[in-house]
Amino acid sequence: MEYVNPEGLRLDGRRPMEMRQIRAEIGSVAKADGSALFEMGNTKVIAAVYGPREVQNRSQQISDKALVRCEYSMANFSTGDRMRKPKGDRRSTEISLVIRQTMEACIMTHLMPRSQIDIFVQVLQADGGTRSACINAATLALADAGIPLRDLVTSCSAGYLNSTPLLDLNYVEDSAGGPDVTVGFLPKLDKVTLLQMDSKLSIDLFENVMQLAIEGCKAVANYIREILLENTKQLEYRRGL
Amino acid sequence: MLHSKTFVKKTRGGKVNKQVREHYLRDDIYCGAPICKVCDSSAARLSPSASTILIVDTNVVLHQIDLLENPAIDDVVMLSIVLEEVKNKNMAVYNRVRALCSNSMRRFFVFANEHHKDTFVKEMNKESKNDRNDRAIRVAAQWYQNHLGGAARVLLITNDRENKRKAIEEGISAETIESYVKSLDQPNLLDLLVQPASEDVNMEEVEDLRPSKRKVIYAEHKPMSEITSGLHRGIYHQGKLRVNRYNPFEAYVGSESIGDEIIIYGRANMNRAFDGDIVAVELLPQDQWYEEKSLSIADEEDGEEDVHLVPNSADDAPRTTNVVQGSAGDAKIMSSRPSGFVVGIIKRNWHAYCGSLEPMPLPAGSGGTAHALFVSKDRRIPKIRIQTRQLENLLDKRIIVVVDSWDHLSRYPSGHYVRTIGEIGDRDTESEVVLIENDINSRPFSSQVLACLPSLPWSVSSEDLANPIRQDLRHLRVFSVDPPGCKDIDDALHCITLPNGNFEVGVHIADVTNFVLPGTPLDDEATQRGTSVYLVERRIDMLPKPLTEDICSLRADVERLAFSVIWEMTSEAEIISKRYTKSVIKSSAAMSYIEAQARMDDSRLMDPLTTDLRNMNTLAKIMRLKRIERGALTLASAEVKFQIDTETHDPLDIGMYQIREANQMVEEFMLAANVSVAEKILKHFPVISLLRRHPSPTREMLEPLLRTAAAVGLNLDVSSSKALADSLDHAVGDDPYFNKLIRILATRCMTQAVYFCSGDLSPQEYHHYGLAAPLYTHFTSPIRRYADVIVHRLLAASLEIQKLPSIFQDQPQLTSIADNLNYRHRNAQMASRASVELHTLIYFRKRPTDTEARIVKIRANGFIVFVPKYGIEGPVHLAPRSEKGSGEWFVDEQQQKIKKMDGSLSFSVLQTIRIHMEVVEPQPNRPKLQLTLI
Repeated sequence: MEYVNPEGLRLDGRRPMEMRQIRAEIGSVAKADGSALFEMGNTKVIAAVYGPREVQNRSQQISDKALVRCEYSMANFSTGDRMRKPKGDRRSTEISLVIRQTMEACIMTHLMPRSQIDIFVQVLQADGGTRSACINAATLALADAGIPLRDLVTSCSAGYLNSTPLLDLNYVEDSAGGPDVTVGFLPKLDKVTLLQMDSKLSIDLFENVMQLAIEGCKAVANYIREILLENTKQLEYRRGL
Repeated sequence: MLHSKTFVKKTRGGKVNKQVREHYLRDDIYCGAPICKVCDSSAARLSPSASTILIVDTNVVLHQIDLLENPAIDDVVMLSIVLEEVKNKNMAVYNRVRALCSNSMRRFFVFANEHHKDTFVKEMNKESKNDRNDRAIRVAAQWYQNHLGGAARVLLITNDRENKRKAIEEGISAETIESYVKSLDQPNLLDLLVQPASEDVNMEEVEDLRPSKRKVIYAEHKPMSEITSGLHRGIYHQGKLRVNRYNPFEAYVGSESIGDEIIIYGRANMNRAFDGDIVAVELLPQDQWYEEKSLSIADEEDGEEDVHLVPNSADDAPRTTNVVQGSAGDAKIMSSRPSGFVVGIIKRNWHAYCGSLEPMPLPAGSGGTAHALFVSKDRRIPKIRIQTRQLENLLDKRIIVVVDSWDHLSRYPSGHYVRTIGEIGDRDTESEVVLIENDINSRPFSSQVLACLPSLPWSVSSEDLANPIRQDLRHLRVFSVDPPGCKDIDDALHCITLPNGNFEVGVHIADVTNFVLPGTPLDDEATQRGTSVYLVERRIDMLPKPLTEDICSLRADVERLAFSVIWEMTSEAEIISKRYTKSVIKSSAAMSYIEAQARMDDSRLMDPLTTDLRNMNTLAKIMRLKRIERGALTLASAEVKFQIDTETHDPLDIGMYQIREANQMVEEFMLAANVSVAEKILKHFPVISLLRRHPSPTREMLEPLLRTAAAVGLNLDVSSSKALADSLDHAVGDDPYFNKLIRILATRCMTQAVYFCSGDLSPQEYHHYGLAAPLYTHFTSPIRRYADVIVHRLLAASLEIQKLPSIFQDQPQLTSIADNLNYRHRNAQMASRASVELHTLIYFRKRPTDTEARIVKIRANGFIVFVPKYGIEGPVHLAPRSEKGSGEWFVDEQQQKIKKMDGSLSFSVLQTIRIHMEVVEPQPNRPKLQLTLI
């Protein structure tokens, strides 16, 4: 199948190096300590953060750092066919783990010993790249909750189809079965905290594709920073400063 | 950049669900006209001086692609919506349009109207998909008109009346394709136009020419929905229709649902299906399975076989049905094979056909439209009716015609003229026809391809010598042995006696992959061509001439890069060690087979080169013996060799190709190299190796051989290749040629060996039956076969001296490359055969000959003979064709004999007879070789 036509346009009209439209909103769950809504094209996820708070299950308490927990789920209505998905299936367990590890790497857990931070992410609408969108949403929610972070971790995927590296695959491109690299990145520290890939890719091509994904992460980080700044200004304004 | 979203509903697998796709609209899509001041013109394709810019609609592209391909039509804007619709309707046309758009010589520009912010249209309420797309085309045309202002006229070409009316209402200039072509004032373009479908006025005129003949000739095709449900319920069977190459009134449909082939007799039952179409077939009731056969013979026009070359494998051989043909007096014998008739065509396989017009008197007024019948060179294709305005020009030409439609009211399909190749009977024209018929690209290499070549004069550089992966083997006494006059020398050999009495034997293959780098235009072109094609008078190269004849060719006394396989062998030809390396060699002699043979035979010569040759020959003989012991078949082919006049290129003499010991020696080492390399690459790359396999023939395929053998009292054991090889060895008759004849008959029962990707099959299936080798590949001729280039890359990667190109990551693509190689390889062979047949005809045109022939098959009214001297085969008729089966001759099927009723004459299979060969022309422009009994 032709994913990039000879004119250099993808199926949805983007060029290979372009991301989908992104949009973010802070504070969409009032009850949570921090929350955010994040959209990448038609992918829409919501994240809520509770904590730092007392550890619910005492046996899990860690004496020198905070316990980070993460729960990922997909709403039944998030895909076209409305199916009841069992909770805790393999895919969600894996993504929960991935998100938890990525976030744990940027939270300064040593500042909050014997406490617990809960991150809940839910996919409201799925159109490829849910993993990346969840990480971006979680970052925003953590920042909103005021949890100390080393850096804003952002994520973006990139793939390789029709001999072209493509940034930010949507569902159709994702289902092509080609290589799909998801990167989690700390833009200020210039460090990678997550790197996953489906399918196979030769090493030199892989570097190109990964570099493209990192560029995507940087773009997301700029946007998130803007949103946070905007949000802080709003808060300032409300306080009457 | 502007973003917007559209919502599309889509059904899939019966369920209806809503699909939402993003659809980005952009402001950086340019119009492609260099005269435009607003747009970025770096990617502009249209001509700067274009006075008219054409915008074509989908149906124009689908039906008039031949016209669009004509250079007279240029400055065309292809809208992306049009491309998309064409792609959904006809992939072949889509590929052709895409080729046009990427051709730098043509001015076709693709305008992505669906993603342009001003030309995107949203589906309106209650608007059909087609109407929306038509509107999108009009909006784009309007946009172009406004965008370019008065700088160029924008003309929408559409044959849809409604669309045209609306366009004119909206102020867009629109025309039908006919009126546009007429306005160009080039009458020959009009022939390229596809005539509108039958319901239009034009067609009525055509039918008026054949008054009162409007009767239904073919049954209507069943609608698609009925076919699908019929297939589902098992009433119909789906399969690819293959027409018998030697009898166009007989076709086969290989059906999976009944696990057998369905035979279809006669044009009426074939119901307008062409060779290669995917059809739905309904079986006839069992009591009609045979009846149809006699019917079909009755309405045959010229269903007789021609003289042709001796087939080299089962794929080339004429198909024979298992129907036991009784003599005319017998009652009908039921055939065991199902026969059926076509109820519908699922997928058409129409393409361009080569041929000529059926001779007809010129119409009185010249220049007017004339209707003519086109006769394809390929006998499987029915006559095609075309309309032309240049009849007098075309009558004596070979032309190309494509089919447009076939109405159930007309006996013949209707088509249109595409182009002229040349005069009928002219050797160049006929060679061209051979190439076109076999889909062989004989165009010169493009400038992009030539740009990939190293500059000439080329010589081994110091970097090559210093390269650690390349071993310097220039000190070795390397030599090559090839056919006389060979310029593309891709293999050379060396042989040293080691102090311990063993031999070091090296096979050096031209290092083509050093010059053909993956992903370059040169590589893409070679992938497409797949193989060099050898015709009698010319060669069509896979790689450009400088590579083929100079840089890669391992010529004598020059340093060349090579890929070497080096063995240490005992004097019993046991391989002790194998080594593979890239190397630099310097060949000391490029010999022909004759020279090498002469050196070996001349006992006075004791020079080192001759000694090497003799040593190698000894080794080769042992290797050959071992191979035969393992069960390799020694098959015989009746290859012929022409002597060509250097001036006129006409054949001067014709004779069997002689195989010498020297040929066998070289062949033996090449086989060994191929086997060694196959083992090596498969070990390293178990799923992505390109190998070659030869499937074992089934008993059914060997049936004709067994029947013939039984008739002469020979019992062949075909249980394994070893058993067959042994029984072939024991098949010695009273005359010396008998054994060879049996081998030739055996050869044609085998299928051809094929390339495949090792991941696609299980290891048991890798077997090469003919060579009795568990693994085999092609490594030794990278200059003329692309398979070898791939294998070279695999071998280099397994030695870790080069990286594996990214294509190998993609197994499906590798499989498609292997399929293409098989296709090209087969076509190349067909073309070679056709070329030999053509030259045989030219040769005998001036030289009627009497010669000896052997009967190979008995027919109802004669027999098929094989002429050993010229390697051809053809029918000899005992009775004139009109009296077919009149009862004068009696066929004894069991004994494979044909006797005269009164017992005065009898012929049996494999008997030697004398025949007269002469070229006759029963139908104009179709000369054929006729064999008659003396």
